[in-house]
Amino acid sequence: MKKITIGLLGATAAFSMMMGSVQAGTLDDVKRKGSLTCGVSTGLPGFSNANSKNVWSGLDVDVCRAVAAAVLGDAGKVKYTPLTAKERFTALQSGEIDMLSRNTTWTHTRDTSLGINFAGVNYYDGQGFMVSKNLGVKSATELDGAAVCIQAGTTTELNLADYFRLKGMKYKAVVFDTSDQSVKGFESGRCDVLTSDQSQLYALRIKLANPGNAVVLPEVISKEPLGPVVRQGDDAWFNVVKWSLFAMVNAEELGVTSGNVDSMKSSANPGVKRLLSGDAGKKLGLNSDWGYNIVKQVGNYGEAFERNVGKGSALKIGRGLNALWSKGGLQYAPPIR
Amino acid sequence: MVSIAGITGVILFLEIRDSLYMPPADHGSQKVAPWNDPKVRSVVFQFVALITLGYFFYTIFQNTLANMERRGITTGFAFLGNEAGFGILMSLIPYDETYTYGRTFFVGLLNTVLVAGFGIVLATVIGFIIGVARLSNNWLIAKAAMVYIEVLRNIPLLLQIFFWYFAVLQALPSPRQSIAFGGIFHLNNRGLYFPSPIPEAGFSYVIWTLVVAVIGVIWLRRWARRRQEITGQQFPVVWVSIALIVGAPLLVFALTGAPLAWDHPSLQRFSFGGGGRMIPEFMALLWALTMYTAAFIAEIVRAGIQSVSHGQTEAARALGLRNSPTLRLVIIPQSLRVIIPPLTSQYLNLTKNSSLATAIGYPDLVSVFMGTTLNQTGQAVEIVGMTMAVYLTISLLISMFMNAYNKKIALTER
Ligand SMILES: N[C@@H](CCC(=O)N[C@@H](CS)C(=O)NCC(=O)O)C(=O)O
Repeated sequence: MKKITIGLLGATAAFSMMMGSVQAGTLDDVKRKGSLTCGVSTGLPGFSNANSKNVWSGLDVDVCRAVAAAVLGDAGKVKYTPLTAKERFTALQSGEIDMLSRNTTWTHTRDTSLGINFAGVNYYDGQGFMVSKNLGVKSATELDGAAVCIQAGTTTELNLADYFRLKGMKYKAVVFDTSDQSVKGFESGRCDVLTSDQSQLYALRIKLANPGNAVVLPEVISKEPLGPVVRQGDDAWFNVVKWSLFAMVNAEELGVTSGNVDSMKSSANPGVKRLLSGDAGKKLGLNSDWGYNIVKQVGNYGEAFERNVGKGSALKIGRGLNALWSKGGLQYAPPIR
Repeated sequence: MVSIAGITGVILFLEIRDSLYMPPADHGSQKVAPWNDPKVRSVVFQFVALITLGYFFYTIFQNTLANMERRGITTGFAFLGNEAGFGILMSLIPYDETYTYGRTFFVGLLNTVLVAGFGIVLATVIGFIIGVARLSNNWLIAKAAMVYIEVLRNIPLLLQIFFWYFAVLQALPSPRQSIAFGGIFHLNNRGLYFPSPIPEAGFSYVIWTLVVAVIGVIWLRRWARRRQEITGQQFPVVWVSIALIVGAPLLVFALTGAPLAWDHPSLQRFSFGGGGRMIPEFMALLWALTMYTAAFIAEIVRAGIQSVSHGQTEAARALGLRNSPTLRLVIIPQSLRVIIPPLTSQYLNLTKNSSLATAIGYPDLVSVFMGTTLNQTGQAVEIVGMTMAVYLTISLLISMFMNAYNKKIALTER
């Protein structure tokens, strides 16, 4: 199935490139379609995961919803396309999706050679290791000779090789297509270690039959800035996605929440005014209530964080690097003015 | 683009028209203007069609590259020389992270060839046995073969691969609780571990003896056949061959003082180390491909055998042949002519199906090269193109080989 999909995507990509069709801007496309097609993961609790009623939720999903709220005035008008790590860039390049929001690491190669642009960082992450408790391993430096489950087409594959080479250790990589398969491989004992971005390890751990049996090791071996991605060469759309994310972060900084946004509308704070009304929207090709819609329907960055991966969720991840810059973290959005 | 398609269309039309309204072949001494000569015309049109087609593909190719360039997507084959930087679970040639992307292509290719090659041999053997069993007079054997065929060819292959991998092989005990066979083989959920041989000085004699024995056997068979044709006397070729090929090297092995050491796998911190190892991904994929394809081959074999008329069996009986020689010398050779062409397609299917490897992480060409390498470099068009070319080449090679074999066994009228 996966293979067929990727083949089809590849063919579409090649075909659309052959034709060299000059697509209309994605912004106009989305407005015309009346819905946003957003590429997400095949299922990663906290980031993008569908429940039994096929309702998607997560931190990455909230970025899609924010963009839909800004462009269409309705955060619900999103069509989700689940993609494995291998399929995601082809799907974006071929125009199958309007944007990609799927725990994707911003790297130099991806940014410069795939014809894509990263529109910011919605989660600062780093790669970690998870092992089963009864192995008695306390540190990643004890992993010499271990079999490691990883997912194909991720930065994880490369970091792993670098780390083990640096430490002079050997490993055996067992590479799967989806995270479900790697989790299965880990659970059945095919591998001693499951490695991925640390946040994802916590997310995958709750998928285990017995989460208490697995521990996440303290080492973080890489930088994984995760963020939404758009096609290169469509600057208007790039701006819309970028500023939808910035609006969420700015809203948190300004103390605007989904609960108080209506009363905040009459705030005297000029920053709040520029976020919720004013002509910032027009300059993006959107309505002036774009910021209001985002905060009202999706919430600010902090709300989305706590709801999906923080205290309000099963993952219970602390803000850490993802706190606002003013609170010792890295989340920092350029001002709306 | 449209104009090219138009021109191609017109040419095709003219060609078809020409071939339909071909004037009678014999013009006698009548002189025809070259543009009216059907021979000249057809050559010219075919030539023009070829050029147009070539130009068509060239334009597509150039267009694709230009458009990708414009969209900021890197193109070209330079990436093949860059360091890969990722590890591969299993490789038949030396490989580690410091080798190039080009090398990953060959690692994947060889893994594909390995599983497809073993799969074809095993599926053929099992398929033949089951196909013959299906026609057995023994009710139980015939029904068992039928159940095998109906069950295996009606369950999607991917499910069967998952079954062998996740339900059977992953359910094996962990390395610490391995199932040991006489302390030599160890089977666990990391694979099958076995001692690997380390040749010592003098082992080359054994190899050379084997080579000489094989050549000897080939010569012996020719001689025996010629003798039988001339004198009618039979020679126990099979037994003598086995004795030569197995016995002679063993004798030399013993005489040179058993110059072979074994590297036994031993339990280490996480799993076994040393020795040889067959990974579960390989076993599951090979087994699933074999069992699945064997079911189809069995049906082909059955059809082939049934296509040989019963009169042949009766004739063989009348000559005094027993059951087994009748099958071996009369039925099978004739049924092969019916069996080979569809068997070829099964071989092709098996090879192409081996790309389902990615589902369980067996590092075949699709998983390694079209998977990881493609994702690390992003050069989809080049990599997908190379991968397709490989499958096409393998398929054409199999077809060529099988067609040649088919020709060889075809009925030669005397
Ligand atoms: N951030 C890394 C890794 C992303 C990734 O794919 N992680 C896995 C975690 S095992 C995942 O999200 N899988 C979910 C899926 O397959 O849909 C990257 O961009 O390469």
